[in-house]
Amino acid sequence: MRAAQNGDGAAYERLLREVTPFIRALVRRHCRQPSDVEETVQETLLTVHRVRQTYDPQRPFSPWLAAIASRRAIDGLRARLRIGRHESSELGVYETFADPAANNEVEGVRAAEEVTLLLRQLSPGQRQALESLKLREMSLAEASAESGQSIAALKVNAHRALKALRALFQEPKD
Amino acid sequence: MQTEQLIRSLAQDLTPVRPLRAPPLRALAWLAVVAAISALIVLRFSNLTVFAERMATPRTAMDWIATGITGFAAAWAAFELSIPGASPRWALLPLPSFIVWLCASGLGCLANGLGLQATGNPLGESRHCVVFILAASVPLALALFAMLRRARPIDPVPVAALGTLGVAATAAFLLQFFHPFDVTAIDLALHLAAIAVVVLIGLPLRRLLLRPA
Repeated sequence: MRAAQNGDGAAYERLLREVTPFIRALVRRHCRQPSDVEETVQETLLTVHRVRQTYDPQRPFSPWLAAIASRRAIDGLRARLRIGRHESSELGVYETFADPAANNEVEGVRAAEEVTLLLRQLSPGQRQALESLKLREMSLAEASAESGQSIAALKVNAHRALKALRALFQEPKD
Repeated sequence: MQTEQLIRSLAQDLTPVRPLRAPPLRALAWLAVVAAISALIVLRFSNLTVFAERMATPRTAMDWIATGITGFAAAWAAFELSIPGASPRWALLPLPSFIVWLCASGLGCLANGLGLQATGNPLGESRHCVVFILAASVPLALALFAMLRRARPIDPVPVAALGTLGVAATAAFLLQFFHPFDVTAIDLALHLAAIAVVVLIGLPLRRLLLRPA
C-alpha cells in the first residue's frame, strides 16, 4: 500500500487483486446474493482508492481495509432495505397492485377484448350501426352512406345493439 | 463492470498521494490556526484585566480550561474517527472534560443562582453569548472541516458530530475572554443550547462539509 501511495500502479493492481478475496469473504458476512456481494466488493475497492491517503504505513493494513469493507457492506444493506421499501423487482406486481395507471391500461385492454367478443354475438346490422355511430362516432348521414342502411334503420339497430349488449354484460359468466 | 476490469482501471488511474499526518498532529495544526487568529482578536478586543480577575477564582479557571479541553478533545476525536478502522471509543474522548465543565459550571450556577433579570430581557447579557458562540463557530468550523474533509470519512456522522461539538466548545472557550460576569443557570443553559444548535446545524450538512467517500 505504501508503494501504491507513491503511485506504483503495478504494486497497487497486485495489492487490490490479492485483497479482493479477503474483501469478498468479509462482505459475505453481510449479504448472500452473489450480485450484491460483487457490487459491494467493487464499492469497497472504489472507496479504498478514494481514501488511500488515510492509510498510515506505520499501522496494520487489514483493520483499515476491513473497516472500509464492513462500512460499504452495511451501506449496501441499508440502501437495499431503503429501495426494497419503495420498489419491487417483481414486474407482475406493477400490473396488478402497485401502479394504478398500469392497472387501468391492462383493464382497458381486457375490456376491449371482452367487448369485441360480445360484438360478434350481435347481428351484422346491429354491429355495423353500433360501430359506425358509437365507436367511430360518425354522423347518421355518414353511417347511412357507408352502410347502405336508412337513417331510421340505423337508429333502431344502434338502440337494439346497446340493449342486447347490456343484456349480454349482465349474463353470468362461467 | 467486472471486478477485474475495475482493478485494472483503478491501477491505471493511480496518482501518488501524501499520507495524512497522524490525527493528533492534525488536531494540533487546527488548534494552532485557531490560536493564532483568536490571539489577535482577543488582544485587540478583550479586557484581559477583567478576564484575569475572573480566572483568579479556581472554579472559574477550571470551568474555562475544561471547556477548552472539551473543544480540543472533540476535534481530536473527529480527526481520529475520520480514519477507517479507528476505535469508536474515540468518541468518548471529550466526555471527561465535558463532565468537569458541567460540574464546574453547575457549582457556579449554585453560587450565582438562576440569573434571571428583573426587568427588560429575561435572558440579560446571556443572549449575546449565543450570538458569539454561533458566529465564532462558523470560521472555526470552516477551518476544521477543510482539514477533516481531506480524509473523506467513510462514516461521516460521528466525525460531523464531534467536529461541530469541537468548534462550538472552542467558541464557548473563546467566549470567556469577552464574558464579564460569572456563570448562571440561564447563562449555562444558553451556552449548551448554542452548542447544541451548532451540532444540529452541522450534522445535516455533513455531506457538504466532509465530502465522504
